[in-house]
Amino acid sequence: MTTTPEMSAADIAKAVAGGRLSALDATEAALARVKQHDTTLNSFTDVTVERARAKARAIDADIAAGKTVGPLAGVPFAVKNLFDVAGLPTRAGSKINRDLAPAKRDATLIERMEAAGAVLVGALNMGEYAYDFTGENVHDGPSRNPHDTTRMSGGSSGGSGSAVGGALVPIALGSDTNGSIRVPSSFCGIFGLKPTYGRLSRARSFPFVASFDHLGPFARSVTDLALAYDAMQGPDADDAACTTRGLEPTVPLLANPVSDLRIAIAGGYFQKNVFPEAVEAVGRVAKALGATRVVEVPEAARARAAAYVISTTEGASLHLDRLRRRPNDFDPAVRDRLIAGAMVPAPLVDRAQKFRRWYRAQLAEIFKTVDVLIAPATPCTAPKLGQVNFNLDGVELPVRANIGIHTQPISFIGLPVVAVPVPLEPLPIGVQIIAAPWREDIALRVAHALEKMGVVSAPSPRGF
Amino acid sequence: MAEPLDDYIDAVSKALALPIEEAWRPAVRANLEVSLRLGRLVDEFALPDETEPAPIFTV
Repeated sequence: MTTTPEMSAADIAKAVAGGRLSALDATEAALARVKQHDTTLNSFTDVTVERARAKARAIDADIAAGKTVGPLAGVPFAVKNLFDVAGLPTRAGSKINRDLAPAKRDATLIERMEAAGAVLVGALNMGEYAYDFTGENVHDGPSRNPHDTTRMSGGSSGGSGSAVGGALVPIALGSDTNGSIRVPSSFCGIFGLKPTYGRLSRARSFPFVASFDHLGPFARSVTDLALAYDAMQGPDADDAACTTRGLEPTVPLLANPVSDLRIAIAGGYFQKNVFPEAVEAVGRVAKALGATRVVEVPEAARARAAAYVISTTEGASLHLDRLRRRPNDFDPAVRDRLIAGAMVPAPLVDRAQKFRRWYRAQLAEIFKTVDVLIAPATPCTAPKLGQVNFNLDGVELPVRANIGIHTQPISFIGLPVVAVPVPLEPLPIGVQIIAAPWREDIALRVAHALEKMGVVSAPSPRGF
Repeated sequence: MAEPLDDYIDAVSKALALPIEEAWRPAVRANLEVSLRLGRLVDEFALPDETEPAPIFTV
């Protein structure tokens, strides 16, 4: 048996476990796709060929010896290059970090994926230090959109979006501070899960904004997304924010009905500053789910403002010494944002954190009568690479500042979200399926139902 | 002509030992203006004195 480019992780793992496909063949097929297409997509910064082959051979040896293998046996995956990969410097999209010593140990989530049988094939391009919504990178060049390579992949996990959207690998991992999983998912037409803050360990990944940093998976199907998520759950003393909750597997719950769920559309702020494509996508999802109730999320614009203030100041604090020592080695746009962040008066940051608690209480009230909120993932489909402004209702707006306006008020209080791809023509666009804290199972269940109804799907790449 | 924020930028630059080249100043100022505008939006929102910050958000 051979693999096809869009073969799901679930099918690869089944075939490998059943002896119909070797892990090595699945791995070689992914490596060949990367070699063939990544000169165009530019999604990978490192391809870990020998490591991948060694891991795949070990899985095949286990199977030959009659040992039980994990639920992701032989599934190739790749990680945003802010995850520690043993033997590589963790560049986090930067020039500066390339001078770091190679990581001695893999990030916790890589260890958990590999414990489940997955095979790491490389590290992925990203916006510098994750302070980005475009997927562009001045040092490595932009990762490109697999549906139109003249367009953005979305950031900052742009390589993750591009690699999965381009069907180079079935699963990738990324990070989401203000939208960096949900934005590339939207632009590249794939599924992405930003779990509840604290759910998945961030140990041995390069941070950005400790208050908001999340890690999570991308995939081309909901089952694959859930398989990866389930494999990565669990407490980890190496991440101070990681929950001590036990495993809460979601795969067994995916097919449960959604008819008992109270699903509402996020109104007000979330219906403003959107292009017709985003309105169409939310409308299709809402109609399929029978959702007609509109819920106003109070003070969402202020939540976005507070998220912005906390991000720029915590980011500045993280990089302060690098800004002093090596300012000319930063992407100038990132450097200038971070320097400005270092100059924001401290009381504004404290007030932003206090506002966060108030806002969290408002959302907790909403989730007493609602199980799921639906909102756009991005206001538009993927803009052109380098595009500075877009025109919305006759008003010129800056692209970079507006891409994440609908994701920031959600990650601000750590709510779990599945970004689902609505395959519009000519480009896909994502919708956020937002659940109450720790209810990833509900968001995944709704995403699965939408997938079964044919309303959401990852379109085949056709840009290269 | 100096912009209104320039004195502030110079003072913080000195206080933090964070040098800023002249060529970067317009972009730093523009970014700071955005941060302060958004910060004001947060500042305007009245909160009780007892409100706790949420530096680590868990539920």
